[in-house]
Amino acid sequence: MAVKVGIVLAYLVLAPFIGGLLDGLDRIISARMQRRKGPSILQPFYDLGKLFSKQLIAVNNVQLLLNLSYLVILMIAGAMLFSGADLLMVLFILSTADMFLIMAASSDSSPYANMGASREMMQMMAYEPLTLLVAVGFYLTTGSFHVGDIIQQPVSAILWMPGLLVGFMFTAAIKFRKSPFDLSTSHHAHQEMVKGITTEMSGSALAIMNIAEYYEMIVLLGIFFLFFVNSTWWSWIVAFVICLVLFFMETLWDNISARLKWKTVLYGCWVVTLIAGGVNILILMLDR
Amino acid sequence: MGKVSKSPWLLHYDASSCNGCDIEVLDCLTPKYDIERFGIINTGDPFQADIFLITGGVNSQTESVVKQIYSQMPEPKVVVAVGICACTGGVFKECYNIKGGIDTVIPVDVYVPGCAARPEAIIDGVVKALKVLDAKQAALEAKGR
Amino acid sequence: MIPLLIGIPAVLAVLFQIVRNEKARGYIVYAGAGIIMLTTVVFVARWITAGAQTQMFYLETETIDHLMTVGDVFLMCLIIWLSVKHGKVLPIILSVVQTGIVLYTEFTAEVAEAPHMMADWLTILMCVIIAFIGGFICIYTVGYMKGYHKHHTEVKDRQPFFFSMLFLFLAAMFGLVLSQNLIWIYFFWEITSVISFLMIGYTRTDEAVNNSFCALWMNLLGGLGFAVAIAVMAQVSGSLQLLHVVEVGAALPLMCLALAGMTKSAQLPFSTWLLGAMVAPTPSSALLHSATMVKAGVYLLIRISPALEGNLVGIIVSSIGGFTFIMASMMAIAQNDAKKVLAFSTISNLGLIVGCTGIGAEETVWAAVFLMIFHSVSKSMLFQSVGAAENTLGSRDIEDMHGLIIRVPKLAYIMGIGIAGMYLAPFGMLISKWVALKAFVDSGNVILVLCIAYGSATTMFYWTKWLAKLICYHIPRDKVKDVTRRDEYVSMFFHAASMLLLCLLLPAIAVFVINPIVRNLFGNTHDVISMSVLTTMAIMLVSIFIVPAVMFFVSRRSHKELVPIYMNGVNNGDNRFFINSFGGQDHLYLSNWYLRFEFGRRHLRIPSIIVAAAVLVVGFCLVIGGVTWL
Repeated sequence: MAVKVGIVLAYLVLAPFIGGLLDGLDRIISARMQRRKGPSILQPFYDLGKLFSKQLIAVNNVQLLLNLSYLVILMIAGAMLFSGADLLMVLFILSTADMFLIMAASSDSSPYANMGASREMMQMMAYEPLTLLVAVGFYLTTGSFHVGDIIQQPVSAILWMPGLLVGFMFTAAIKFRKSPFDLSTSHHAHQEMVKGITTEMSGSALAIMNIAEYYEMIVLLGIFFLFFVNSTWWSWIVAFVICLVLFFMETLWDNISARLKWKTVLYGCWVVTLIAGGVNILILMLDR
Repeated sequence: MGKVSKSPWLLHYDASSCNGCDIEVLDCLTPKYDIERFGIINTGDPFQADIFLITGGVNSQTESVVKQIYSQMPEPKVVVAVGICACTGGVFKECYNIKGGIDTVIPVDVYVPGCAARPEAIIDGVVKALKVLDAKQAALEAKGR
Repeated sequence: MIPLLIGIPAVLAVLFQIVRNEKARGYIVYAGAGIIMLTTVVFVARWITAGAQTQMFYLETETIDHLMTVGDVFLMCLIIWLSVKHGKVLPIILSVVQTGIVLYTEFTAEVAEAPHMMADWLTILMCVIIAFIGGFICIYTVGYMKGYHKHHTEVKDRQPFFFSMLFLFLAAMFGLVLSQNLIWIYFFWEITSVISFLMIGYTRTDEAVNNSFCALWMNLLGGLGFAVAIAVMAQVSGSLQLLHVVEVGAALPLMCLALAGMTKSAQLPFSTWLLGAMVAPTPSSALLHSATMVKAGVYLLIRISPALEGNLVGIIVSSIGGFTFIMASMMAIAQNDAKKVLAFSTISNLGLIVGCTGIGAEETVWAAVFLMIFHSVSKSMLFQSVGAAENTLGSRDIEDMHGLIIRVPKLAYIMGIGIAGMYLAPFGMLISKWVALKAFVDSGNVILVLCIAYGSATTMFYWTKWLAKLICYHIPRDKVKDVTRRDEYVSMFFHAASMLLLCLLLPAIAVFVINPIVRNLFGNTHDVISMSVLTTMAIMLVSIFIVPAVMFFVSRRSHKELVPIYMNGVNNGDNRFFINSFGGQDHLYLSNWYLRFEFGRRHLRIPSIIVAAAVLVVGFCLVIGGVTWL
C-alpha cells in the first residue's frame, strides 16, 4: 500500500518535470534534425514560468475552470494507472478529460478555437477504438484489466500483441499532437487556424493546458511501458529504454511527415485499428 | 516568477508592408538564423504573444486591427517596429492613406530601420526588446506589490 | 394490487374522453399520475415486505381470457378499418394472420393451467420505470401540449384523445411487464403497437399518416413473430409460460420472440419506424419511443436472454444488436435535428442492450439492465428538454441551440445532464460499457468487441458536439423568452435529480436492484460485479463531480480581464460581428461538423438495412432448417 501511494505521489509530482524535459528534448532533437541549434532543454519550464507570470486575460469566465478540470482529471487518470488500477477505466477517464478540453475550447465561441475543438473531437473518434482494443488485448493476454496484474506476467505482453503496439504507436501520435495528426493544435508555429483548440487560452490557462499535456504524455508512455514490462527486474530497464526509443520515433515521424487531411486521419486510424488491432484481437481470441 | 525574456513569443503582423521585411522576419526562423535558440516561438496568437512585431506603416484599414491585437495581448508586452515604413512611414509617409509609423497608433519600444531590415538587425532588435520586456515585468511586479 | 395498477390508468383514459375542460383535465392528469405512482410504491412496498420473492398470480382466469380474445379481435378490426380508410394492405394481412394464429392456438391447443402473472425483481423495476418516468412525462405533457398547439395552429387540437392514449399506454405497459402467460403478453403487446400507431398519426398530416403505418406494419411483423412463437410453444411443450420458453429453449420460439423484441426496440432492419415516429408531439416520443415502449422489446429479450447463451439465436440477436449500435451511432453524426439525433441514439443504445442480451451471460444481462435504467431516465429527460427548447426557440435544430447556456440556462443544464448521462465517464453508461466489453471478450465474440470499440467512438462524437454547442458563451442575437411551463420543469427537474441520484447511489443500485434481477433470471446466488470495481467507480464518480465544483471556486478567485475573442483583429463591437473584406459588417456564425457526405443517412441506411435483413433471414432459415449449432 505504502509503495503504491509512493508511486502515485511520485507520478503526481514528477510527471510535469519528466514531461517538460521530454518536451525540451523533443524540441532539441527536432531542431537538430532541421540542422538548427534549438532552444535549451529547460525551455518548456521557462515557457511555463513566463506563462504563469503574465497578466490574466480571458474571453470568458468558464474557460479556466474547464482547463483546470482537464488537468485534475488527467491527474486522476494517471494516478489510477500508476496505482495499478483498471486499465479500461483509465482509458475511459482519459477521454472524459479530453472532453473538458473540448468544452473549454468551444465555450469561447471563437471561430478558430471552435474549429480546433471540432477537429479534436474528430481525432478522439479516430483514436478511441484502438485504445479500447489495447485494453482488451491486455485482458486477453494477461487475464486482467488491472495494471497491477499486467506487470506481473512471466512474459511481456508485446509477444502476444505486436499488432496492437503498432496501432497504438500510430494513434499515440494524435495524443502527442505530432504531425501528421496535429489537426486540432500543433507545437509548430503558424498554421491555418492560428493555435486551434488553444487559440483563446493565454497565460495561466495555457500553462495549465501544457502541464496537463505533460501528465497525459506520461500516462501514454506508461501504457507503452506496459507492453514490455514483466515480472523480471531487467524488463523494467528494457521497457524504459524502449519507451525512449518510441518517443524518439514519434519525434522523427513528426519531422518527416506533413499534416494530413482529416479524412485521411480518420480513415487511416480506423483502418489501422481494424487491421493491426482487430486481427491481433481475433488471433488472441481464437487462441484462448 | 519566471523571466519573460527567457521565453519570448512573437506575433508578427503585416500592417501594410511590401512583404520585403516579412520575408526577412521569416528568414530569422530558418536554420541559418534560428531564433528558436532564444526560446522565441513565432506564434500567430495575440493571447499567447509577448512581442508584437509589426512591418509596414499603418494605414486607415489596419489601424483598428493593430489597436485591437495590441489590446488582446496580456501584459507585459513590447512592440517592435521592423523596417523603415514601420518606424516612420518611410517612402509612403506622405501618402493619403498612410497614418505614419506604428507609433502613431500604439507605443513602440524598439525601432529596427532598414529597407528591408536585415535578419541580423531584426534579431538584434528583438534581443533589445527582451531587455525592455524584463524591465516592464519588473515594473509590473513592483506595482503589484 | 395488480388490477389497480392496470385499471387506474385505463379508467383515467376513459375519463379524458368525458371531461373536456382543459383546466380540469390538467388537474386530473396531475392527480392520476400521482395515484399511479402511489399505487406502484404501495405495490412495491408490499412485495418487498412479503419477502421480495417471485410471486405468481391468477391461476384461473377464464373470463379474462375471453375478454382478451374479444380485445384481440377488436384491435384487428380497428387495424382493418383504419387500413382500409387509408388504402393500406400490408397491415391488414399481418393483423389477420396473427390474430388468426393466436385464436386458433387458444381454442385448439391443450395447455396446462398455469399462473398468468408474475412479480419478480425485473417486473418491479419495470413497474417503477413505467410509473415514475411515465407519470412525470404525463405531467410534462399538460404544459407541453398547450405550448404545442400555440405553435402549431395548423394541427387540430385532439388533446383528450392524446391523454387517453398516454394513460391507456401506461396501463398496457403495466400489463405487459406483469404478465407471464404468452397470450396475455401478446394482447398488451398489440395494444402498445396500436397506441404508438395512433399517436404517431396525431397531426394527421400525410407524413404523419405514412410514418404511422410504417410503424404499424413493422410492429405487426413483430406481433406475427410473437403469434408464431405462441403457436409453436403450444405445439412443442404444451405450455404458454414465458418461463417455460426459457426452460425448453427450443430455437424457433426463441427466434420468433427475439424478432418481436427486435422490431419493438427498432433494431436495424426495422429502425425506420422509430425515426418516422419523431413527427409525433414530443411527449409521445419521450414516453413511447424512448423511455418505455421500446423498452418492452428489450424487456422481452432480457427475459429470454438466459436461453440465448451460446446458441445460434443468441449469435444472431447479438450481431444485429452490435451492428445496430455502430451503424445508428454513425448515422446520428450526420443529423442536425435534435429529435433525429435522439432517435438514432435511442436505436444505437438499444442496439447495445440487445447485443448484451444476445450474449446471454450473467455479466451482459447485468449490463443490459443497467443500461436500460440509465437510458430510460436520461433519454426521457433529453426528449422533454428538446421539446421545451422547441417551444421556446421555435426550432429543434441543434445549430439553433448555440449558446443555450446563456439564453435559457435551465434548459441547457437539464439537457447537459441528460447528455452527460448518456456517455460521459462517471455516469452509468461507463460501468455498463465496462461490464459489456469484458463480457463480450469473455464470450469470444470479436465482432461485438469491434462494434463496441468503434461504436463508442462515434457515440462520443455526436454527443460531444451537441454538448459543445450548448455551452458556447455567445452573446445571443435576440433575447428569447422561456415559455416552458412549471409542470414541464417539475418533470424535468425530477428526471435530472433522479439521474444524479442514480449516479451517486450507483453501487447501492448495483447491489440491491440489479444483482437480484440477474439472480432471478439465472437462478444463481453469487454477485456479478465485485465490490472493488464498484468502489473504484464510486471514488471516480465523486471525484469527477467534485473536481469541476472545486475548480469553479478556484478559478473564481482569480482576477481576469475579459477581452474580445481573436478574429484576426477585425471583431466589431462585441464578439458577434466582424468586418468582412468589403468593409461591411458580418455576423459570426459557428456551425457544427456533420460529416454528411461520409456518415449521411442517404449513404448508410440502405446498406445497413440490407445487411441486417440478410442476417435475420439467414438466421431464420438456419433455425427453421433445424441447424442447432454452427
